[in-house]
Amino acid sequence: MSSENITVQKLRERFGERVLDVRTFRDEITVIVPREDIFAINQFLRDDPELRYDFLVDLCGVDNLGTDPRFMVVYHLYSFQRNERIRIKAGVPKDDCTIASMVPLWKGADWLEREAYDMYGIRFDGHPKLVRILNTDDFDGHPLRKDFPLRGERAAEEER
Amino acid sequence: MEDELREQAATAEGEEAMARSEELWETMTLNIGPSHPATHGTLHLVVELEGEVMKKVTPKIGYLHRGCEKLAENLTYHQFIPYTDRLNYLSPPASNFAYVVAVEKLLGIEAPPRAQYMRVILAELSRIADHLVWLGCTGIDLGALTLFLWTFRMRERIYEIFENVTGQRMHTAWTRIGGMPGDLPDGFKDQVTEFVNTFPGEVDEYERLVTSNRIWVERNKGIAVVSREDAISYGLTGPPVRGSGVEYDLRRSRPYSMYPELDFEIPIGANGDAYDRFLVRVEEMRQSTQIVRQAIEKIPEGPVIVGDYHVAIPPKQAVYNEMEALIYHFKFYMSGIQPPTGEIYEAIEAPNGELGFYIISHGSGKPYRLKIRSPSFANYSCFPQVMQGGMVSDFVAAMSSFNIIAGELDR
Repeated sequence: MSSENITVQKLRERFGERVLDVRTFRDEITVIVPREDIFAINQFLRDDPELRYDFLVDLCGVDNLGTDPRFMVVYHLYSFQRNERIRIKAGVPKDDCTIASMVPLWKGADWLEREAYDMYGIRFDGHPKLVRILNTDDFDGHPLRKDFPLRGERAAEEER
Repeated sequence: MEDELREQAATAEGEEAMARSEELWETMTLNIGPSHPATHGTLHLVVELEGEVMKKVTPKIGYLHRGCEKLAENLTYHQFIPYTDRLNYLSPPASNFAYVVAVEKLLGIEAPPRAQYMRVILAELSRIADHLVWLGCTGIDLGALTLFLWTFRMRERIYEIFENVTGQRMHTAWTRIGGMPGDLPDGFKDQVTEFVNTFPGEVDEYERLVTSNRIWVERNKGIAVVSREDAISYGLTGPPVRGSGVEYDLRRSRPYSMYPELDFEIPIGANGDAYDRFLVRVEEMRQSTQIVRQAIEKIPEGPVIVGDYHVAIPPKQAVYNEMEALIYHFKFYMSGIQPPTGEIYEAIEAPNGELGFYIISHGSGKPYRLKIRSPSFANYSCFPQVMQGGMVSDFVAAMSSFNIIAGELDR
């Protein structure tokens, strides 16, 4: 595609096959990447002089129960220079629920990763202090997982 | 020679004594909040003090966590609108606005111009109301009680407008996906015009009270400084990021709704301290007044909600008389609107900064995932670094200057 967005072009140029999928919906670009490369890709997006996605708008987890990998970590980046947003997603399997921490790139990632850990149990490698943030320290389970019931007994949950 | 030796011994003794006293010296741990007059809501901070200097500040959040995002996954798109009131409870119309704009983007529709203008007017009035509460409470924290009484008097005028339009003072829930639930009441224009005519004079009064007041300046200048780089790295938005000199306002940088049609300025600070955040907010109140003044003149006649029954509730008269409308009525209340599969992120400039909604739809009547990007969460996350090494007496001024709202912080 010749009309492809410059950010996607540059990502493909630099990372080739490791850009797993690119989707466009309502003029928003979603790039899916493997979790092993997430730090390098975010760093590239932040530091490339033509892109400069230097603002981490949001970071959150998603639970796609029943698919593999089960979890997704979603990064919303914004570039002041280009006035554009991009969404980067990386899958995280349930058995090895870890992904690199973005705290060295953005200080704001600290609390956002703590929230994703609190809600989904995704562990962020290299996070300075990965503890719960919204729930109490002795809370059991991760409430935004799809198998965590909205109310009542927690029998439906696979494991605590 | 002897003197020298004696001197050496004396210094060694002195150093030893110092080391001993340092061992004895303990830092004091002070819990501020979760229920403290200066924390405005349920904020809790654990502060390690060394004398009056704060060595380490650890915010504990989550006291107002209600699981909004989990609830959203179990409610239809329309049922979630009242929950957005409870995000920033000082300016609910702005939160309502942010949510419906996101859902409309997901659906690929746009509300009619009249509804858009209504949203802009209510959102800008709520920005003024939010800043007024902030200014009044900051005044109380810093010992300027008069300011509180004055700002709350004007806030009440705005709430009277809200009540007139929506029937509620606080939790308005006055948006629908695809438009607004009803038209403006009679006398709305006169009421708002009167407000925009009197309000700039009131802001002058507030400014005469505090802007160059020596106590106010000394308590705010140089307090809780956030550098430009830190502001970006922490993801600050709203008055805190603009106070640090970053020109980032979604109304200008990524215009939505009717903002491209309106003329206004974005105030920018330079030093990133509490005083600059104060100046930015005061100027924003003036600019919002300008926006409301223009919008009230430009608002066109016409429908306030889209005519598509897949999105909007059919009028009652049609439900009673037409088979088709009756079917849509049932479908609407049984399964809700069903957006296509996809994911979107849309944000507006709420009074505190970028309030965004990230929605994943799997094509059903309920969102698969709804993440709220709340401005207070990001703005508060810089607090440990900003407060480190500051005086405990400045804590209150610093806290106030960020205007952390527990409702949207904890969601």
